[in-house]
Order: sequence, then structure tokens, then C-alpha cells
Amino acid sequence: MSDPLIRIEGIAKRFAGRDGAVSTVFEDVHLSVEQGEFVCLIGHSGCGKTTILNILAGLEPASGGYVFAGGREIRGPSLDRAVIFQSHALMPWLTVAGNIAFAVTSRWPEWDRSRVREHCQQYIDLVNLTGAEKKRPAELSGGMKQRVGIARALAIQPRMLLMDEPFSALDALTRGMLQEEALRICAETRQTVFMITHDVDEAILLADKIVLMTNGPGARIAEIVVNTLPRDRSRHSVHKEPHYYPIRNHLVDFLVTRSRQFNEARPASYDPKHPPVVTPGLSETLPAPAAAASIPARPAEKAVVVSLRH
Amino acid sequence: MKGLQFWGAPLLSAAILLVFLAAWHAATRQEAGAQVVDAEYARLVGKAAASGQKSAFPAPGDVGRKIWGHITDPFYDKGPNDKGIGIQLAYSVARVGIGYLLAALVAIPIGFLIGMSPVIYRAFDPFIQVLKPISPLAWMPLALFTLQDSNISAIFVIFICSMWPMLINTAFGVASVRREWLNVAKTLEVGPVRKAFRVILPAAAPTIMTGMRISIGIAWLVIVAAEMLVGGTGIGYFVWNEWNNLSIANIISGILAIGLVGMLLDLSLARLTKLVTFPE
Repeated sequence: MSDPLIRIEGIAKRFAGRDGAVSTVFEDVHLSVEQGEFVCLIGHSGCGKTTILNILAGLEPASGGYVFAGGREIRGPSLDRAVIFQSHALMPWLTVAGNIAFAVTSRWPEWDRSRVREHCQQYIDLVNLTGAEKKRPAELSGGMKQRVGIARALAIQPRMLLMDEPFSALDALTRGMLQEEALRICAETRQTVFMITHDVDEAILLADKIVLMTNGPGARIAEIVVNTLPRDRSRHSVHKEPHYYPIRNHLVDFLVTRSRQFNEARPASYDPKHPPVVTPGLSETLPAPAAAASIPARPAEKAVVVSLRH
Repeated sequence: MKGLQFWGAPLLSAAILLVFLAAWHAATRQEAGAQVVDAEYARLVGKAAASGQKSAFPAPGDVGRKIWGHITDPFYDKGPNDKGIGIQLAYSVARVGIGYLLAALVAIPIGFLIGMSPVIYRAFDPFIQVLKPISPLAWMPLALFTLQDSNISAIFVIFICSMWPMLINTAFGVASVRREWLNVAKTLEVGPVRKAFRVILPAAAPTIMTGMRISIGIAWLVIVAAEMLVGGTGIGYFVWNEWNNLSIANIISGILAIGLVGMLLDLSLARLTKLVTFPE
């Protein structure tokens, strides 16, 4: 097995409270992201999702543990890992093309003007913003702003894309369209993506692997759900796939009840280094290992736990 | 209805002006021949002074004629005590301009440093807190003593009073640049100089410009007082000189000119602020 692009080894985030007591947001988080994979992290607010993304981006240090990117430990931000921020974070004094060019010239300072412009145009076209190059962010709709954010992140051709709830501030229609486009772009560019979301449908549509986090404080990765739907899925037909509802029910069930109870009633076989990998809906095709017995049966669907092979 | 919305405010302004002028006119009008001084005194000084055809305070018509005189001939120069109002205003504007620009050159870079570093901020803070509330005119004797030149002293006073709003606003604007823009710069591995000029400066520009606008307002307030103190030239000196001449009409013309120039300075800074402000 080749080395994963990102390897998270037992990171934790702790804060010293005002009374001196240390509060742990999350701990013992182990995860790896393979080249070309789309990984979604789901959890309730307060479980430290954004902190994990910031640690991956190099914007925030972890209180413990290590994160490796391409075998090297992450010590700060890098052009290899582009971030798409929740609130688009465009600079209002720059035009659409200017915002993207700022990123491009940061990446390749030696490029001349025409080359930068050409490169920017390519990504403006990719996110379907052709014709809006000269507009300033204030003249754009929320969805268009986020497209610029996506183009800016992709334009530096990062090895990895980090997205922090990129579509959560958008209305439902725009969100659907942008999700579809994200799916298309990622399929075209074979981009490795780590995305944070609290939207179950978004995760099912986009992700290959859905990482479930328990509630904080002391949050950790409860399990990893493998998305077994075909990769060429679309927003309009995804719910017709046979495994769609088992996966969805599994995720909703986790968020509604199990994310809260997990820390109190942790299964004896739980190993934070190798959180259980489940494939809801595939119970007939995969042999159930012994670990499955420790997971309480849920009425909605049957989940199968397979141990993570390393 | 639309016409009323558009013309309502200007018409009302004109009406207020008319009412004010009429009240002024009525208050300064006096019955011809009515004695305004004591009879004994009237006999002593003769008829012309005693009859008091007009009060000492000029009527709007007199002031209007004086102002028209100033407008038609603003740049005459008949010696040190009689220069046109345009020349006096030019002196004042030049002093404010020099002092203000020097203050901007000092305050904006220092404000930038203070805003970037909490340590430097805390180090500078006590000095700023003590120096800021000092009336700029309190510096005048010290400036006159050390600089030995009344003109440079006036410029120094403008410099000192324009400093603080620019310094404080620059520091505040730089310190409160949105975290996410800084994070964008960080993830793009932007160097410190490029970050300062391409991210922080444009992000803080509206706040800096607001400080500059406050400063020019204060500088224009202070120059009048400073010129009354140092004398020689300038609109402040003009007003004080006309007080010595007891020409109330000229004093009123000077006051009006001060107001108009102040408004123009403020408007031009407001225009500049708009140029660097971008809605999100």
C-alpha cells in the first residue's frame, strides 16, 4: 500500500479554561487520506471539525499528535494544501480575476502578467464564471462568490483541497448546483479533498469516505462509512441507488443518537487508531467479522463492520 | 410627489436661510434719528455719532456687500495688515497641508507597526494616552521657544494635532483586519511585505482614511486659533485683525470663509475615503 497523502496520528486539541481546568475538544484522532480520495468529516458543531481542518491547513497547531502531508510533518500553511473557507474570504477590493491572480502570483511569482491572466481564465471558465472576471465580490451572488473561492483554491493546483462547510451559507438551490459542480470538477481533476460538513446528503453525494465524529468534549472518530454508491452519481438520481437509504439512515441515526452516546457506551473493541469501517447496505456481500457483534443493532438498517486493513 | 421629494430639502434650506436673514435684518434695523447714547454725551460728540443710524452690528446687506468685495478681489496685497481674504486662506491651507502631510508620513507607518504587533501597541499606548488629550495650542510656547519661528511653530501645532486620529485609526484598522483574509494570505504563503501592501493596507484603508478625515477637520479647527496666536498671515490672523479694526462685517466674512474651506477639505477626504472603500 502506498503512503497516504495525509496521515493524522493521534491529534488532540485542549484548552486551558479560566479556572485552570483543561478541557479537551477532541483527542486520539487518527485518519489517513489517500491520493485522489474525497473524504467528508461529519459531526455536530463543537466537536472540533473546523479545528481539525485548520490543523491540516497549518493555520492552528494541535495540542498533541502529529500530522504528515506527503510523509512530511505539517508545521505551517503550505501552497500544497488549498483552503476553501466557509465565508468565501474573498478580498472585496480585488476583482474576481484579481482575487484568483493574487493566489496564482503567490504560487508562481516568476510568471509574467499574460501567463497569470491565461491561467486565471482557465479556472474562471472551469467554475462557469466566464464574463464575471472584472466584477468585484460585492456584485456577485453568494453562490458566485463561493465559485470564485473554489477557483482560487484550484488555481494554485494544490495536492489537496481543504473545504470548511463550503456550501453551508448558500440557499438550497444554489447549494445543490455547486455540489454538482464540485462533483464534476473533482472527477475531472482527480483532486484529493478533505471536506467538513454537517449535511448528510452533501456527504453522500460527494464523499468516498465519510468520517463520523462523536460529540465534544473529548470527541473522537467513531467510525468511517465507506460510500458504496457508484462514483458517477448525480444529485438527481443518487437517491434511487439501492444503498442510498441504508447509508443515509446510518448517518442520520449516528448524528441523532449515537454521536451523543458513543463516549459513554464505547464498544470494547473500539480502537481509536483503527476506527471501525462500515458499509451500510452491503451486509449481504461482505462477511461480518466478529467485531460486528459489539455494535448495537439498529432497526433502520444493518451495518457491517470490517476491520481496517493496513 | 417625486418633485417634492427632490426639491423639498433644498426649498426648506432656502426658507431657513431666508428666515434667518430676515430675523438678522430686523434685529439690526434701527429707527433713523433715535438717540442711542446719553444726551450729555451726544452734545459732546456731535450729531453724526449720536444719532446712531445703525447699530454696531452690521445688517445682512452690509455683510453681503463686504463678502462681494472679497469675492471680486480676493488676492489684493496692501501691506502686512491688509491682504485679500484669498491670500490669507492660501496661507492657512498651506500650513495645514504641510503639517498634515508630515503627520500622515509619521503617523501611518507607526500606526501600521502598532497595529501589527500587540507588544509595540502596549509599549506605545501610555505615550499616546497622555499626549492625545493635550490641547495642540499648549504646545505653542514650547514650539516657539525651540523652533524660534512662528510659521514653523504653527505647522508643528498642526502636525501634532493631526497625528493622533491618524495614528489611532491606522493601528485600529490594521489590528482588526479580518482573520480570514490573513488566513488566505497564510495558506498562500504570502511574504510579510507583500501581505502588508496587498492585504493589510487595502483592508485597513477605509479606517485609515476615516482617521485622516477626522485629522483634517481638527487641523482646520486648530489653525485658526494658532494663527490668532502667532499672527502675521492666515485666516485666523485675518479674523483677529478685523476684530482689532472692529470690522464686524469682515469678521463675519472670515468666519464664513473658514466654514466653506473646512467643508471643502472634509468633502475631498470623504471622496477619497469612498475611493478605497469596497462593500463586501
